[in-house]
Amino acid sequence: MAEGRHEETLDPWYDRVAEAMGVRTQDWNDVSYPGGLWGAACDHSGRTANPVPVAVDKDTCVNCNWMMAGCRFEAKKSLMFNYLPAALAHGATIRPLHEVQRVERTDDGGYRVHYDVIDEDDYRIRTDSGSIDAKIVVLAAGAGATPVILKRSEPDLGTMPNAVGRYFSGNGERLNTAVVDEDRVRDVLGLERDDERAYEAFQVGKGPCVANWDRLDAALPEYSRYSLEQLYFPPALGTILAQVPGAPAPSWFGADKKEMLRRWKSWLIVFTMSEDDNEGVFGAPPPTGNATRLSQQMLGRGTLSYRPTMNTLKGWAQSDAEVKEILEKDGIASVAPWTNDLVGAYTVHPLASCRIGDDPHTSALDDRHELRGHPGIFVTDGSAVPGALTVNPAMTIAALAERSVPGIVDAARERGVDVTYGAPAPDGATSGRGGVLKLVGQRT
Amino acid sequence: MPQGIPDADSVETRTLEAFADTILPGARRTPDDTAIAGRSHDAGAVEAGALELLRTPATGVTSGLGEFVGLLNDHARHHADLCALPLTEEEPPFVQLPFEERTALVRALTSPGHPEKEFWVMLSLFCNMAYDSAAHMSTPVAIANGHPGLTAMGFAAPDPDGLLRFKEYSYGRPLARLHPDTTSSGSPA
Repeated sequence: MAEGRHEETLDPWYDRVAEAMGVRTQDWNDVSYPGGLWGAACDHSGRTANPVPVAVDKDTCVNCNWMMAGCRFEAKKSLMFNYLPAALAHGATIRPLHEVQRVERTDDGGYRVHYDVIDEDDYRIRTDSGSIDAKIVVLAAGAGATPVILKRSEPDLGTMPNAVGRYFSGNGERLNTAVVDEDRVRDVLGLERDDERAYEAFQVGKGPCVANWDRLDAALPEYSRYSLEQLYFPPALGTILAQVPGAPAPSWFGADKKEMLRRWKSWLIVFTMSEDDNEGVFGAPPPTGNATRLSQQMLGRGTLSYRPTMNTLKGWAQSDAEVKEILEKDGIASVAPWTNDLVGAYTVHPLASCRIGDDPHTSALDDRHELRGHPGIFVTDGSAVPGALTVNPAMTIAALAERSVPGIVDAARERGVDVTYGAPAPDGATSGRGGVLKLVGQRT
Repeated sequence: MPQGIPDADSVETRTLEAFADTILPGARRTPDDTAIAGRSHDAGAVEAGALELLRTPATGVTSGLGEFVGLLNDHARHHADLCALPLTEEEPPFVQLPFEERTALVRALTSPGHPEKEFWVMLSLFCNMAYDSAAHMSTPVAIANGHPGLTAMGFAAPDPDGLLRFKEYSYGRPLARLHPDTTSSGSPA
């Protein structure tokens, strides 16, 4: 994204994804109170702020912010409502709760994919196992799991490219929590929900609504570019790492933290997406999955190590200082970054652990997303993205995946699979297809 | 008002309660409550259900609680030695530490580089979640029952059908200038 040439090349693919998923720009009437507060604070300090495009149906969204694992109201346009039903309509079979463990080569030049079936409530329990034979394999287990599957497959498949399980990027992510002064929000920013409340609305909304993009200028020095986005995390995930503004660190627990929780309605989370050094490296794969599961679903111990370099730390410090400058101006709020002491660095957008590139030493995939040295294995998830993007990577991950599909179709046809490229968007729209068919024509 | 009765018999219960009370402190349930240090005027992690959550097998920590308690009391004994604090046989060592020393020990155990850090962070996480998420029960039930953490935080109550909705959600007016390089689809150029 930071380099214009790449974005220009990807533009038709972004359009195809936007059409497929129903990504729409929000206007200020759609923006939640926390997004509005962040926009007003940016404006107050002389900065710009934008409502962000999202794949949310604003007519059915109830702004409950309860979307971490889907949406009860079907307003969040997850893959359940576009790509997956379209795949079913084209004859695909979906096997829920099948956790792929490894891939092996078959005598006829194809692949055998081995999986475990896990219990729907307790992911620590394996209920069955099996395998599927395939002429080609498209891996999309995510940047935290795709390289683990490939490394576990090494005894059967042979040596993996050097970059499998290396160059992991956390998208330079960093979080700050502000506790706002309700009176100052009213007096300084002129915001009011009603006669009684200026804000008290941390829980209200639909995840990210407003972002500051003033530091995205490609001409700025590397590691000093980032976006600052208002965001919501539910309690637990969104509270444990928050530190008490002004208190001596560590302050993630204790009496002061409890008082901070008492003001939870007046919280505002600001999310930094910056540039890192692709410094993450995976260790030897665990026995199954991508982590040794501790709790029945969420918590596990993986083998990824990520020691932020001075470049990454510098970007975080710079963005922390800017968030503080914006939100503490004229006493609007008090701000502190989340602690990295408990779980190390954290990210919600893991990337680059099996990436595309030109250099065979530093990229696991060629420009067609095919795993180097292993023809017929393709990777199309966030692990294929080369590095931190300074913005939410979802659109870029999907655009790169769309861009890889014509090549995957070619590979399938070469192996006798009767498929063609050029399906319309899942809802039948065709303008996105029109935009990319021209490019596909150029490459074949 | 404080709820519940301190368990005078179980070393495990009292030690874990003292740990949970160090993470998010509460008010003493009775005048002779020793597990809760009494550093807050209302309910903390213990009354929010920390032990109930820790004893829920889904957490993955339940089977190790006995070992955690033994380790924590060993650390507390060592910490008391370093601070020249006399200990008696009447209470588990961690429970005998004053609140500031409980806090100092938990800080040490959860600091980067401590060999057992992962375990103590897990234990802390679930104590926190008992209070701020009521993870051991359904959210609508927790709110209806006046769960102390969710109530103190002001977590919004769901509609009668159990689903949360916010009918008012936006200031409804432009609040900032847009970035000059915004594409027609609303993304950064």
